[in-house]
Amino acid sequence: MSTTRSSLMTFREALALGLRREMEEDPSVFVFGLDVPDHKRIFGSTVGLLEQFGPTRCFGTPLSEEGMTGVALGAALAGLRPVHVHIRADFLLLGMNQLVNMVSNVRYMSGGRLRVPLVIRAIIGRGWGQSAQHSKSMHGIFAHIPGLKVALPTSPQDAYGLLRSAIRDDNPVLLLEHRWLYDVEGEVDEDRLVPIGPAELLRTGDAVTVLSTSWMNVEAMKAAEVLARRGIELEVINVRTVSPLEPDLLIESVRKTRRCLVADYDWSFCGFSAELADTVSRACFGSLRHPVERLGFAHVPCPTTRPLENQFYPSAVDIIRTSERMMGLSETDLSRESFYSYEQRFKGPF
Amino acid sequence: MLQKSSNPISSKQVKPSEEELSFPREEALQLYKELFLTRWAETRIRQEYGKDEMKTPVHLGVGGEAIPIGVCHTLPAGTAAFGTYRNHSLYLALTGDVDGFFAELYGKLTGPGKGKSGSMHLCNPEKGLMATSAVVATTLPVAVGMALAHRYQDKSSPVVAFFGDGALEEGVFWESLNFASLHRLKILFVCEDNGLAIHTPTSHRQGFRSIPEAVSGFRCQVASGDGSDVVGVVQKARELLQRMESDGMPGFLHLTYYRFLEHVGPNEDFDKGYRRRPTPEELERLDPLLRYEKLLRRNGFSEGDLRAVQDEVQQRVDRAVQAARSAPFPGREELLTDLFS
Repeated sequence: MSTTRSSLMTFREALALGLRREMEEDPSVFVFGLDVPDHKRIFGSTVGLLEQFGPTRCFGTPLSEEGMTGVALGAALAGLRPVHVHIRADFLLLGMNQLVNMVSNVRYMSGGRLRVPLVIRAIIGRGWGQSAQHSKSMHGIFAHIPGLKVALPTSPQDAYGLLRSAIRDDNPVLLLEHRWLYDVEGEVDEDRLVPIGPAELLRTGDAVTVLSTSWMNVEAMKAAEVLARRGIELEVINVRTVSPLEPDLLIESVRKTRRCLVADYDWSFCGFSAELADTVSRACFGSLRHPVERLGFAHVPCPTTRPLENQFYPSAVDIIRTSERMMGLSETDLSRESFYSYEQRFKGPF
Repeated sequence: MLQKSSNPISSKQVKPSEEELSFPREEALQLYKELFLTRWAETRIRQEYGKDEMKTPVHLGVGGEAIPIGVCHTLPAGTAAFGTYRNHSLYLALTGDVDGFFAELYGKLTGPGKGKSGSMHLCNPEKGLMATSAVVATTLPVAVGMALAHRYQDKSSPVVAFFGDGALEEGVFWESLNFASLHRLKILFVCEDNGLAIHTPTSHRQGFRSIPEAVSGFRCQVASGDGSDVVGVVQKARELLQRMESDGMPGFLHLTYYRFLEHVGPNEDFDKGYRRRPTPEELERLDPLLRYEKLLRRNGFSEGDLRAVQDEVQQRVDRAVQAARSAPFPGREELLTDLFS
């Protein structure tokens, strides 16, 4: 018998399990949002909760994103621990007034008298024509606001552990979950929470440090696998908390590799990638062998059609090519490589 | 350029309430003390504001004091309240914290928000004032969420949310009323209707016939009244809270009043042309303090009774102003504290 409670599960199962464990341990935790208790259960991430905890602790809402964000805040101020779910992060924009004028402010404005133990989960869409209003991440926008914590789970362990940490946090935490990651399988140790703050070293290398967020971790690991075949080792760091940023691991890595590529899952312009580039550039200025490079979304709304969508998003190929340029290497022959194609797992429509 | 239908100046000329004062003597004087306290506190703000020490935009509530004071008078212990930027009467009625009030307006460490909230975001959760906000209608869903939490936690106390007539033009007002009505939450919505959004009258803003009619389609108890009459406000609020209790529905209390001063700042603005000064006869009806004093006199209270209250309040307020002026500002270390727990 193993002493750890560890098992293989998908990201979506890890989310549902994390929620269930917190709801079992703390009766003040409840989960709500449009379609949370319906037959699809937010892509499976709220499965079993209605049956186990009933409609007081797991319920759907009207189409009122601002109102429901305020409701979540009010419940949090009363000492409950709400988890508010959005099936797409894009809908969070309707709640921006509450997020930016109230949720993030009330503790500070009250001189520290109020506490806001509030979790907002929102899904980042991609692929099969999600287009401009079902595909945004916007973690850079949210992290720009003082008083909001922002995290991006990548692995099932992240999903389970960051969600549980977020629920236990006495501050507002926004979790942005990439739709494609819902199918990713991985070991989840039920006894291991993932703290909000520290980044995670995914792969050790000496050539280039790749700082990646959300789905870009998958692309970075693929790029590392390809380059490793010619003896080039990327160091990949999963920057899973955007705010508050803990940069120590990032700086330590770049001091070692002396090259840094930021692969962010968001627009580049005025984005989180610029914050990371600035942080490591200033901390590692004397040891850098190349200016910090950044990859992110093209500076346009996400197009619908597949060929343009492919151009919009950065990929493993971009990470490979940028790394090669930073090191002054010739281009690797990628003609026989097989890169991730969502059609293998995600056939839409949503 | 008279004001339109929802404004008390042109609404039908109801005589000031001639009803008997139905409160015991102590309670009647307590209400007077609260009315006079907020009026005197704001009078002192108007006197001191020009010294440029009180660096916070003030939205004075002169003319509207009877609404928060009358409603709060009826609320059971444990009620959570939410308000707007025009919150001075609400703050003082709920907390009685004159020292903290002035300290906050002077931006001092001894204020309830340590100078981080100022006038527009005054709050004091320990005394039941959870939050006030400068962005119209933003506290409404938060109040609804607290009412939801009260049910979840089996608390019987209600939540009350104050807001102006302009809030009805914000989408989140309807989202909040809808959710509260859907879930039959114990929340009292109190509309403080002065017929003006900054300087724009209701007739230029609202496409519905009246506020009570517009909300009447919701599963919610609705009542209307004259917000300049503190006795009437107390009665209306009491009745509505009872109806909410017996029917298990939210309540919506619509009260009109006259804003005597400019939207923000210490001055009158009758010379700006968008409205006229009330006549002396109108003043008697529209000024809740004058009106209540008249009622008290009619009911056997002497000038000495009123003077005693006034003296006590004035001394208390003057001491608070002095204490606030000499209190320390927050130190540099306060800038980055209180962001996260």
